[in-house]
Amino acid sequence: MTSYAITVLGHDRPGIIAETTDRIAGLGLNLEDSTMTLLRGHFAMMLVCAGEASDDEIRAALAPLTVDGTLGVTVREVPAEDAAGGPGAPWVLTVHGGDRPGIVSAVVAEVARVGGNITDLTTRLAGDLYLLVAEIDLPVEADEAALEAAIKTAATALGVGATLRPADADEL
Amino acid sequence: MSTPATARTSERLRAWTEAELGVEGRVLDVVRAPDPVLSTPGGAVDPTDAAVVQLAADLVATMRVSPGCVGLAAPQVGLAVTVFCVDVSAHPKTREHHGTFVLCNAEVVESSRNDKGREGCMSVPDLTGDVKRASRVVVRGALPGTGEVVEVAATAFEARALQHEIDHCAGLLFLDRVAGAHAVYARQTYL
Repeated sequence: MTSYAITVLGHDRPGIIAETTDRIAGLGLNLEDSTMTLLRGHFAMMLVCAGEASDDEIRAALAPLTVDGTLGVTVREVPAEDAAGGPGAPWVLTVHGGDRPGIVSAVVAEVARVGGNITDLTTRLAGDLYLLVAEIDLPVEADEAALEAAIKTAATALGVGATLRPADADEL
Repeated sequence: MSTPATARTSERLRAWTEAELGVEGRVLDVVRAPDPVLSTPGGAVDPTDAAVVQLAADLVATMRVSPGCVGLAAPQVGLAVTVFCVDVSAHPKTREHHGTFVLCNAEVVESSRNDKGREGCMSVPDLTGDVKRASRVVVRGALPGTGEVVEVAATAFEARALQHEIDHCAGLLFLDRVAGAHAVYARQTYL
């Protein structure tokens, strides 16, 4: 069993996911994790699937998606990864303020500095408002108060605000 | 959780209308993020100050003309002070409510029973987000004009609206409380 990472990016239209997944299923591949969104109107899908087909067979099967030139597809074999989270604690970081270059890089640099791992990230530009929401696994030894202070300092220098708080997970 | 004293002042609040303010409210412009006033913690006010009474009337008037609006806080009209109005009575998500009221210097004194709901905000017109908040709260604040301190025991949607407005007065938007990276959405409908 081999795992493949597949990306489909480009002009949005109805039916892209149906066509992609139909072709993947036709090769006997099992669709594992996937995510799809629109990024400023552009279709963006990433998925990991596993099966016995070769990467060349997958590329050939997905090639019809790209014939009109509005979609790009990549296929890459990937090693198996442990999907389980680390021992750290989950946090949610929100940053918002006036749009300007460098907000994401300045803020996430502080997260990286303490060994924090971003596990999910969304940024949105809505009018003049720039918003970043990140889910972060912090190592057990991380000092959250110091990290929040460092993030707030970096954010203030850019004229934006930042909030770091524990992610709620209700066990039912 | 609701004490007899809270029940009494909840009744007082239910009977309150903006007519008690004795001044005509003006419709003000609503500011939008990223205006820095929305991220500035609001200062305490003297609820008997004539300017605060006028602000209270203005907040209600501005809320009334804004479709779907169930609450408005002073920072949303450009003033970093702890005054807000709410009125969830006409909203389809509402169960119990206390009608229209304005509170100054309000704080949550008790909260329980977290619940997740999708919120919007006139100051963040293009986005909504899932926010976990207490569905039962007791909020203490002062009425504009008389300065009477009241406690209101609110539940469900009114409790959510109160916490949203109290957050505004503390310089926080719902964006600061969204549940995660996939809990923010392009706007469809108001709160």
